[in-house]
Amino acid sequence: MAEVTSEVEAGYPERPFLIRFISNNRAPIGTLGVLVVMMAIFFVGNPAVFSDWRIYNAVLTTLPVALFLVVPLVFIVTVGEIDLSFPAVMGFSCWIFAMVVQAGVDPLIGMLAGVASGMVLGAAIGAIVVYGGLSSLVATLGMNYLIRGAILIATSGKSIALVQLRSSTAYQVFASSIGGFPAQMLWASLFVALAVILFNRHKFGARVKAVGDNPDSAAQMGITTKRIRVYTFVFMGLGAALAGIFSTMINFTWWPTAGDAYLLPSLAAVFVGGTPTWGGIGTIFGGAIGAVIVSFIQVGIVSAGLDGFYVQFFNGLIIILALIGHRWNQIRYR
Amino acid sequence: MSDRLIELRNIKKSYGRVFAIGGVNLHVDRGEVVGLIGDNGAGKSTLIKILAGAVRPSAGEIHVSGKLVSGWSPTKSRAAGIETVFQDRALAVQQTIVRNIFMGREITTALGLIDVRKERSEASRLMREIGFTSKVFTPDSIVGQLSGGERQGIAIARAIYNQAELIILDEPTTALSLTETEKVFRFVRSVRQSGRSILFIGHNIHHVYGIADRFVVLDRGQIAFAASRAEVTSAEQLIAVMERIAQPTGPGPIVDIAARRGAA
Repeated sequence: MAEVTSEVEAGYPERPFLIRFISNNRAPIGTLGVLVVMMAIFFVGNPAVFSDWRIYNAVLTTLPVALFLVVPLVFIVTVGEIDLSFPAVMGFSCWIFAMVVQAGVDPLIGMLAGVASGMVLGAAIGAIVVYGGLSSLVATLGMNYLIRGAILIATSGKSIALVQLRSSTAYQVFASSIGGFPAQMLWASLFVALAVILFNRHKFGARVKAVGDNPDSAAQMGITTKRIRVYTFVFMGLGAALAGIFSTMINFTWWPTAGDAYLLPSLAAVFVGGTPTWGGIGTIFGGAIGAVIVSFIQVGIVSAGLDGFYVQFFNGLIIILALIGHRWNQIRYR
Repeated sequence: MSDRLIELRNIKKSYGRVFAIGGVNLHVDRGEVVGLIGDNGAGKSTLIKILAGAVRPSAGEIHVSGKLVSGWSPTKSRAAGIETVFQDRALAVQQTIVRNIFMGREITTALGLIDVRKERSEASRLMREIGFTSKVFTPDSIVGQLSGGERQGIAIARAIYNQAELIILDEPTTALSLTETEKVFRFVRSVRQSGRSILFIGHNIHHVYGIADRFVVLDRGQIAFAASRAEVTSAEQLIAVMERIAQPTGPGPIVDIAARRGAA
């Protein structure tokens, strides 16, 4: 083979690590840039408030709930599906948790029960969508109403107060303050880190991307595409359950509407983070940064001295600007 | 015959009373590129499916390395080392070359974690083996950045990784430019050099003429013509044969078709 030069035989040259890293992580790095710029503007707007740790502590208390939702959502979007039922699944699994705790059982057992119920529900929703051949957009919208409706019927819309949580081991481990730092943030960070490994270094993540990229090819290569898609819904159920349980532990109360407020901000965070809508690629880290951005907008706007009425406006602005940025940053290969 | 990889003997496939394949004898030797030519509806795709085990022949025998194999199936086809690269190549274009080569067959360590280093070196080796000479691309390049010919190369590399002895290339040069087609030829030659065989299926007689060691023309489910490279002097001669097969009452053939019918 005359064409095979010695250079090629020596192996393919690898670009310097830093250049490769930046090139491979354009989307999350861009998102991080958006966050930095946004925080800089807030800081200039009100230096006194934004140099105080308390405002960050306030965001870090509630941010974990969003992280538990956004991370599995990235898997769902990457595999080529969408899920609008996670708020109701979140409400349902923390309802299970609340009932177990209310019955006087150890909250740790309640957590297990809640997580299990979330995963079972996620599997059921995934199976209906995938094996039923339904549009995930519409089917999960329906499931969201169905499950929420069932909760409201069963509880007559009454909340459950859980003051006994404060003295429990579960609370100490998962939701107390460790040296002024919210413990739930550590657990959420661990969750994000494990998800990054699952997404980028595990065969499950590789298959999720392959299925989202070209389901026919994936099937030809022996990947059980339907099962992979159902698994992403199970993972979503796990994340929704954790989000619900942590939210209940932070508030010492279960509300029948628990989770509802997270639907649109969580979806926005996924796309602001740089995961495209078309499937095949995604970024967990970007999604996490997206969640931070979305969480900070509300706090930031009000603290910067603007009226609360500005929150939605700036939410929209950030989403649109981020989307335009990613469009320019990411080429869609066909 | 030790160099005989696979042999089909009197293979028939009928759908009801219609014969898609009506008694085909075809063999592929090791290190050989066989060009299979035929018009639409000649039975090419049925023959591919039979080789891949996806379609069960109604009658006939399949021999692998000289031994009769009974109960031919996709599993047995794969065990015999037959891999098909379909026309659409089945690549995930937003993923890297490594990810495409190992799609569904990831090299993993404990807990299902991907052995990145091993996959990369294997991919690098495969790319060299098929003669992937572009220095711009590394195993970490996105497949969407590659040309059509190079994508075909990745699909071939993936087939080799799956221990293919015989790679069936289904219309590999369709919709490719001249230079891209040349790339595919280069990959095919590299594969032949490594002692593997290729069944090259195509419409374009010039393409098939340019690469195959032996030519087989399929017509209405039967082998209408077969010849080794030495027996055919030009692509034009092959085209004349094709025209003669399509129009048996036309001007006289250059090669005696009748004498060669069914003699592949």
